[in-house]
Amino acid sequence: MSSIAVARELPPGVHPEPTSFWRKYIFSLDHKVIGKQYLFYALFMLVIGGLLATLVRWQLAWPGRPIAFMGKLAPEGMPNGVMLPEFYNSLFTMHATIMIFFAIMPILIGAFGNFVVPLQIGARDMAFPTLNMLSFWTAVPGAVLIIWSFFVTGGAAAGGWTSYAPLSAVQPRGQTLWLISLLVLGISSLLTAVNFITTVINLRAPGMTFFRLPLTCWALFVTAILLLLALPVLSGAMIMLLFDRVLGTTFFLPKGLIISGQPLTNAGGGQALLWQHLFWFFGHPEVYIMILPAMGITSEILPVFSRKPIFGYRAMAYSILGIAGLGWIVWGHHMFQSGMNPILGTTFMISTMVIAVPSAIKVFNWLGTLWGGSITFTTPMLNALAFVSMFVIGGLSGIFMASTPVDIYIHDTYFIVGHIHYVLFGGSLFGAFAGLYFWYPKMFGRQMSERWGKIHFAITFICFNLVFFPMHFLGMRGMQRRIYDYSQYAHLKGLQPMNQFMTIALFVLGAGQLILVLNFFLSMRRGQRVGPNPWNANTLEWQTSSPPPHENFHETPTVYRGPYEYSAPERGNDDHWPQNEPPSGRGVTAHG
Amino acid sequence: MSSPPRGRAFRVALAALAAAAAPSLASALPFWMRLPEDVSTYGGQIDGLFRLILWITGTIFVVVEALLLFFLFRYRRREGRVPHYTHGSNRLEVFWTIVPAVICVVLALMSRRSWADIKQNMPRDAMNIEVTAEQFAWNIRYPGPDGKLETPDDIVTLNQLHFPVGRAVVVTLHSKDVIHSFFLPEFRVKQDAVPGMSTRIWFEATRVGHWEIACAELCGLGHFRMKGFVTVETPEEFDRWLAETAKEARS
Repeated sequence: MSSIAVARELPPGVHPEPTSFWRKYIFSLDHKVIGKQYLFYALFMLVIGGLLATLVRWQLAWPGRPIAFMGKLAPEGMPNGVMLPEFYNSLFTMHATIMIFFAIMPILIGAFGNFVVPLQIGARDMAFPTLNMLSFWTAVPGAVLIIWSFFVTGGAAAGGWTSYAPLSAVQPRGQTLWLISLLVLGISSLLTAVNFITTVINLRAPGMTFFRLPLTCWALFVTAILLLLALPVLSGAMIMLLFDRVLGTTFFLPKGLIISGQPLTNAGGGQALLWQHLFWFFGHPEVYIMILPAMGITSEILPVFSRKPIFGYRAMAYSILGIAGLGWIVWGHHMFQSGMNPILGTTFMISTMVIAVPSAIKVFNWLGTLWGGSITFTTPMLNALAFVSMFVIGGLSGIFMASTPVDIYIHDTYFIVGHIHYVLFGGSLFGAFAGLYFWYPKMFGRQMSERWGKIHFAITFICFNLVFFPMHFLGMRGMQRRIYDYSQYAHLKGLQPMNQFMTIALFVLGAGQLILVLNFFLSMRRGQRVGPNPWNANTLEWQTSSPPPHENFHETPTVYRGPYEYSAPERGNDDHWPQNEPPSGRGVTAHG
Repeated sequence: MSSPPRGRAFRVALAALAAAAAPSLASALPFWMRLPEDVSTYGGQIDGLFRLILWITGTIFVVVEALLLFFLFRYRRREGRVPHYTHGSNRLEVFWTIVPAVICVVLALMSRRSWADIKQNMPRDAMNIEVTAEQFAWNIRYPGPDGKLETPDDIVTLNQLHFPVGRAVVVTLHSKDVIHSFFLPEFRVKQDAVPGMSTRIWFEATRVGHWEIACAELCGLGHFRMKGFVTVETPEEFDRWLAETAKEARS
């Protein structure tokens, strides 16, 4: 009875601290616990996605060479350890699907978004804690389904992560599980998006105006809006494809299809390109869904370790909005060679060229932030700097395919694969690593080993470039993506040594990630204990104990200034100025 | 193909740019750092744009990364350093908004012209060939003596694309089953073959030789071996080959 009475006194959305193990760690309503749950989930899936990539690269380096133990592990896909083409197609399909939907999105949005946003805006929790729990526990069956799909007859989906119809409509059963898994995961993402948007709009602490929001919050807020608007389009398309597969509809099946010599009797009236339009209408905003949070994290970390305000705060916020707005009118650049009207291609080329501008603005402002600073090279800073330098490559290589004539040649080649990995690994993943090292002390009250963190960084940074930069050369030679055996083609002769080099570099890159895993787990017990604010940062999450108490703050903070007031002249020797410190300097707010 | 003077001037300018941009050491580079040989009339336009973008983005890349490294070195933390307290500069923001915007729009305008030449304006009195893709082969159909496609005297081959040098070829692409992509790397040609659609693309060879058709769009388990063969020959050789192929088909 008393607990009901307590619950009634709490403001909406606030829940009493749980006492049972299940409510505290498993079915938790606490955004901090849910953030950590997403973190473990994403890191686990990151390992799986990485292992799949290793198999793909094995085949590319040594086509047809058996891997003995895989013959036992996957006897259907790799009899006697020799990879079959359909299994190869499953591997890259599932690698991309898992990395995009189950690793990068959950770590950036699920883990950092959940953990950081309520703390940074001075809220006690997310606006809808129960919905938040539901988001995570909807994402779990999504992951179970996608992994299960490896074990059904015919293997996992093998139509590429883009699942172009009609191929995806006539693939074996794994494709159906792929669709159901992503539909389930889509529900989870939608719930998260609604929650983030409501939280940022409604639960900001007194004084936390939109233009005092840390840029991580800006990025995640806009990302949530993109998710909310883009995902239903994908879900709709996937339901249509599912109907084509199981109910005999023909949304994507034109008349007269002959599959394996058999006429597809029910086909007719559908449009193959409709899938691509729907998919990329989602798919291009999706790219920004995966890069904006990492941009936010980078914008957060550079000022802290340069001890300087971010350069052009408003320009940074506006360019996030600009990217998010323009992101809706560029989807056709994935379809220049698809048979879409070439006049439309010109339109999409111009909008695509224009979207390079806000990204350029961000890069220049990051440089401006470093200029004149006092820079320390901590592990989070190194990873954030890697983000900047690698995103420059990923952004610039995008100009090549934005140009329609150049795209004729490099479309569907390894040039595109190189580009996407410079954006998603060089960008998103380095951003995620930066966030992990940066907020780890807040999450676990201890710091990860800086020494091992730097070793991990050096290996990752060097090997990442050794694996992915040569992809541009492969693409220049015309090597098609998604190809099981390139030795078939005269124009690809002589590329095996380079492919072997890349695969060996990937082995080192993968082995280097063991350092991160060990550092991550061992530091929970052995890491150096830290106080509330080990980096001397200004944002609100650092003005409460590490880890924060159940309701985040001992008292609701009031915000007096922007998030990046470092080295303000009026502060004298104190180079930080917490957002919630009253102007007179009274009452330092760090507790615990 | 007659082009307006403006177009020709543009192409000359582009070729000059490309020539200037192409490093004189290009041939000294290892093969994997070069584009494959170019044997089509418009391949030079594509390669020229590629090199132009490579030079522009390469320059930006070097400048940005050099600045980054310089700042990291110059402004590393040292005893007594006081960070420069600033919130930015509107003048700089305007500058680095306008410059990339101008570069991008100019690139888009330059690309637009080549794109129209290659994909929008089909040449007149070209030779017509029909290519129908299926898992995992290319069915290639030539007009018979009547010079028209879709008539009983058509000549059909599997995976053998022959055409004469110095004459524009218009290929009409179809697919029987899933999406494929008709990719001729040395001709800088790529166009998806989509079931239910009919897509036209043209190209013209600048010299005789043997090359390959690759499938560039994932089309199933045999995607990697969906290869065809291109033979470019003199008009006389081509006519002879076509006549022989027609005879074989009749017998």
